[in-house]
Amino acid sequence: MSGRTFAEKALARAAGVPGARAGDVLDVMPDLVFSHDNSAAIRRIFEQIGAPGIAHPDRVAITLDHASPAPTTRHAQNHAEIRDWVQAQGIAHFFDVGRGICHQVIGEEALILPGETILGADSHTTHHGWLGAFGAGVGRTEMAALWATGELWLRVPEAIRITLNGAPSPGVTAKDISLRILGDLGADGGLYRSVEFAGDTLAALPLDERAVIPNMMAEMGAKNAYLPPDQIVFDYLEPRRTRHYTPLYPDPDAAYAAEYHLDVSHLEPQVALPHRPDNAVPLSEVAGQPIQQAFLGTCTNGRLSDLRAAAEVLRGRRVRCRFLVIPASAAVMLAAVREGIIDTLLDAGAVIGTPGCGPCMGNHMGIPAPGEVTISCANRNFRGRMGTPDAPVYLASAYVVAASALNGQISDPREVLA
Amino acid sequence: MKLEGKVWKYGDNIDTDVIIPARYLNTTDPVTLAAHCMEDADQSFAQNVQPGDIMVGGRNFGCGSSREHAPISIKGAGVSCIVAESFARIFFRNAVNIGLPILESPDAARDAQPGDTLSVDLVGGTITNQRTGQTYQASPYPPVVLGIINAGGLVPYTREILGIEITG
Repeated sequence: MSGRTFAEKALARAAGVPGARAGDVLDVMPDLVFSHDNSAAIRRIFEQIGAPGIAHPDRVAITLDHASPAPTTRHAQNHAEIRDWVQAQGIAHFFDVGRGICHQVIGEEALILPGETILGADSHTTHHGWLGAFGAGVGRTEMAALWATGELWLRVPEAIRITLNGAPSPGVTAKDISLRILGDLGADGGLYRSVEFAGDTLAALPLDERAVIPNMMAEMGAKNAYLPPDQIVFDYLEPRRTRHYTPLYPDPDAAYAAEYHLDVSHLEPQVALPHRPDNAVPLSEVAGQPIQQAFLGTCTNGRLSDLRAAAEVLRGRRVRCRFLVIPASAAVMLAAVREGIIDTLLDAGAVIGTPGCGPCMGNHMGIPAPGEVTISCANRNFRGRMGTPDAPVYLASAYVVAASALNGQISDPREVLA
Repeated sequence: MKLEGKVWKYGDNIDTDVIIPARYLNTTDPVTLAAHCMEDADQSFAQNVQPGDIMVGGRNFGCGSSREHAPISIKGAGVSCIVAESFARIFFRNAVNIGLPILESPDAARDAQPGDTLSVDLVGGTITNQRTGQTYQASPYPPVVLGIINAGGLVPYTREILGIEITG
């Protein structure tokens, strides 16, 4: 009998059963569930169910981030309904306009811990694997059912193991690694699966960059993604956590449906061409492509290390196209102000926006005109994603986005940093 | 339950931003959403789809955002069933939860051509292409999914779990 994968261990724990195997269907009780601006619609579904109240309001988080501050009266009405609902139900964790993006804020507040299970009404809930949690996205009706009952059925996924070795060269980041994995394995390369990472690259990755990898695995169809938590994670959590936790690790002889190895030491920066995140090519193949807008931000790459990377590229220089900078959270923004990063970016011609999702999914704050080309730090570049069908979006790291803003065309940051 | 409808055929990795762009997410009204369904990929769809038509996709149908609007807009457009080579996991769950039949059958999806007529037997999980006469067996649903389908979606299913009876 083979050992167990992370997913098998985590979901057995969340279901309160002694052991589970891939293919088992379990009733899982997550440690935290969360939603965002979609909470008003979830409330209406909850009311259709007719449950007396939220079963575990202490395990519920809501963040207003997707259209924030509200761009229209209808969005504002949604937000108002959510605030009323939070009050009425005694929801424990509420983060209003400007606090930041749900995934980032949950990490900063240490609301989910290694070995725990988190379900979110957001497809990028795979993000929470950065600290060794089981994170999976669900739909609105499922979130309403979770509010009502505190549990949801999940099928224990088969797992694949991705082993990363080597240290990336300067100017190459977790984003480039993620885009290369997507390019190699494809948009359905992790469909229904737990994508479990291993290898010596991870320990050398700064904490700030780690979340990029599980976040981007949503673009491969993954159910969840997992990085093994280490002392750096435990040290980060120690002053923030409010409960005990037990980290979980896959057994060395766990059964994986597939294995993939990547040596990152010779990887060059990667860019995903329109209109798919797995359309990844080495930067050199697309350098020189003119752009009209560059966007630094999102749950993928709106953290302090990303803003710092952009400042490193742009210090003492001026951008040649619109450069939108939207920190992933208020805490990120404050740290960037204190470090002088925001000064540097403003001097370079950046436009700074309210922490939140910004124009990532085309709600507001930077929708491109037809025909305009954007390079973005986000995780998705589907046709129309940023609000305009005929406005191509390229995906890349903060370094590449900043270097491209500098030149008004897709550019190699290593030429600027050299 | 038997369905019969004309095929609207699409390729691999049809994402939810294409099925229903985020600019329309500020409503959950199926009729409004249906008017914009697939508009960034195929403007003819919303104008010409007929009640009962069947949508056929390739691999990873419904990838991307968790938006439930995607299956709601397809159901609102009158589509009776989706057949694909494979589905993105959240889309699959969302479709089941809102009561839109969804069947995984790589061969049926690959062989279907635009304008073909498919007959679908939801109880047996079979798909017949009337042009070729070929019948395919779809992947079976896990018991819990059958339970949700039989209850009429996740809202009534959750009521059953909680023992809530809706009166009046």
